[in-house]
Amino acid sequence: MTEAEPHYLSAEEHEVVAAACERLIPPIGDHPGGRALGCADYVDTLLGAFTIDPPRIWAGGPFSGRAGGEARFADFLALSRVEELAWRTRIEGSRGIPEREFNGPVTGWQAEYRDGLVALGADFAALSPAEQDARLDAVPAFKDLLYRHACEGAYADPEYGGNRDRAGWRAIRFPGDVQPRGYTDEEVTGRA
Amino acid sequence: MTDVDAVIVGSGPAGATTAAVLTDAGWSVTILEKGRNHLLDLEPPHGPLGHVSNDELKHLFRYFLGPDPLIEPRTYRRREADGERIFTGGVNNLPSTVGGGGFHADGKLPRFREVDFHARSELGPIDGADVVDWPFGYDELEPYYAEAERVVGVAGDHTANPFAAWRSGPYPMPPGPDMFCAVLTSRAASELGFHPYRAPTGVNSVEYDGRPACNNCGFCGFFGCPIEAKGDPVAPLRQALRSGRCEVRPESYVTEVVLDATGNRARGVRYLDAAGVEHEVSARHVILAAGAFETPRLLLASELGNPDVVGRYLMYHFQTYVLGVFPFSLHGHRGRSVTHLMDDPIVPDAAARDAAREAGLPYFRGGIVEHGAGAHPILEAVHLPAGETHTRLMLESPMRERLAAFTMQGEDLPQATNRVDLDPRVNDVWGRPAGRVTFLPHRHEAACAAHWAPRLEEVMRRAGAESTFWITSPPLEDARGGVQRDPTPISRHVMGTARMGTDPRTSVCDPWHRLHDVENVLVADSSVFPTSAGYGPTLTIVALAIRAARELAGLTPLRSSPPAAP
Repeated sequence: MTEAEPHYLSAEEHEVVAAACERLIPPIGDHPGGRALGCADYVDTLLGAFTIDPPRIWAGGPFSGRAGGEARFADFLALSRVEELAWRTRIEGSRGIPEREFNGPVTGWQAEYRDGLVALGADFAALSPAEQDARLDAVPAFKDLLYRHACEGAYADPEYGGNRDRAGWRAIRFPGDVQPRGYTDEEVTGRA
Repeated sequence: MTDVDAVIVGSGPAGATTAAVLTDAGWSVTILEKGRNHLLDLEPPHGPLGHVSNDELKHLFRYFLGPDPLIEPRTYRRREADGERIFTGGVNNLPSTVGGGGFHADGKLPRFREVDFHARSELGPIDGADVVDWPFGYDELEPYYAEAERVVGVAGDHTANPFAAWRSGPYPMPPGPDMFCAVLTSRAASELGFHPYRAPTGVNSVEYDGRPACNNCGFCGFFGCPIEAKGDPVAPLRQALRSGRCEVRPESYVTEVVLDATGNRARGVRYLDAAGVEHEVSARHVILAAGAFETPRLLLASELGNPDVVGRYLMYHFQTYVLGVFPFSLHGHRGRSVTHLMDDPIVPDAAARDAAREAGLPYFRGGIVEHGAGAHPILEAVHLPAGETHTRLMLESPMRERLAAFTMQGEDLPQATNRVDLDPRVNDVWGRPAGRVTFLPHRHEAACAAHWAPRLEEVMRRAGAESTFWITSPPLEDARGGVQRDPTPISRHVMGTARMGTDPRTSVCDPWHRLHDVENVLVADSSVFPTSAGYGPTLTIVALAIRAARELAGLTPLRSSPPAAP
């Protein structure tokens, strides 16, 4: 990861997230696990989305360059005032800021990760798989959040930080974005 | 003097179409759109902005097309006895963006049938519902349907559907390529006596109106089109902008319709700009085209429209999903999301009539059945359990690569108790009360789903599915009163909350969409639908908007007749 990449997690926290994602998405055969897919990098990019401008919320378009056209996905889109408010609230929490609390306080993902990673323990990566699963099961709400993010990190466009080398897509034989090439009529109608 | 001839609230199919008609008639128009602009350059020559892409995360999980429930929460309850609400968040969220509800759709654009406009007269009443006739019939609307198909650009086969209403001519384009899964399921359906046909679709099969043919990328339903092969709503909006008489102001949140000193006419609207600064636009006419959720919310906030009816008769489509897992790949990620439909559940056969009688109903009618398939991996992944099962099922992919899906858009009967009103406590980011839904399906919808789902499972098995199951949204258990974790209906088809009619005591708008009490305020969107029928609403929204806008501008009504018999 270069200096220009947004990040939030410490190296130790990154390691715990990677180990946890490996349990949520374990490797089987040619399908890499959450660690090799870069799910922790995805989480780091998401939690640190606002350390860079424009924030890493919505990738650009119309094409990535993977199927032709100019590669523009990495040119992230700017957010409007209220969109930034929503995404900062979602990630950072409302933190007592009145304009973020028009319907009451909101706990952000950063706080949920800080608390969740403490609960998993700094020694998490060194535990046996059974012990890791037990610790994850002890924090079901955080496990749900981490699993949702691990799924996104495994199969979202790689510009969001995960799906390293498109290994998630390759494993499940999903071609990903295909504009502007698309598919031929025969590829649509015929048997695979 | 006013700022403009007409101010339009909302830039989706209804607002964009109205703007195209009015500017063509020489009117000046300002469109105020609450959401962001990701659609097209507002400066000439109004080309695409290039924001939309084949990006599942952005479109399906990060509220790219809005509304973000942290900015604009909505609330939900099934009945008043539930208390103020049982859910806060996203409720039937159509896109909140320039282009509105047309942006995300995969563009299936069927017409209603003749009977849908006079169901009460032909089929009779149903206890507990308020089924009414529309104030005009299909014959009057036919030329506007034809014009809507021309403006948006619809590809279809006019000979394919034996249940279709009469048409004055063919579709502007031939159908696009059939998806592999639909080839299998439509063949099986035909063998079992159903009548599948190639879906009329607002997606170019050839270059049309300066926009390219679809290249089958598969990111269709729930996605904007990166190459503008989908005509709704970019075609009418660009037409309006190119007249030079239309201005679109994104991130403009209308807070109130403002009346003049007499209280009988609207003077214009008040809105907040992107920085939260308040402005007013004065206009000879105010057109509400914010959709059947936001339009009644604005009417209620403005204390406009028949207070006994505004917000009531909220209708969705009662969706029945029949899913089949196949032993081989269906590659549903290629193509237009849905390429085949069938109308059979809309036209009851003897078995359906018997089932209705057994359920104590005079009749029931379902809706179009869409032949679709699984497509997107994050959506698949988040529905799987974590751990070994996740990876194994992602590799085997029974819920994406090997999944075929029928979606029946069942007719939802109008009930006065189903409504949109203002939540007493939850606000949006602008400090305005959130819209609240109170909604419980009629037993008609549940009985109809229970009748048709097993028959559709049989089709799936005949097509080659090795296992099948079905679910509904809202869940059947919920229709019977049980509590669900997330009971909000998934349907994005929202209708009926400012119904039109000839009697000012029982409707909000007249047959030309004008508020009975303030005649220079028109409702252009699906709020005016008196009943929901079992068809996607968008083409009917566009046809109605053309009809009402032409009348408003004093243009000659369109006329049509069936083609002469050969």
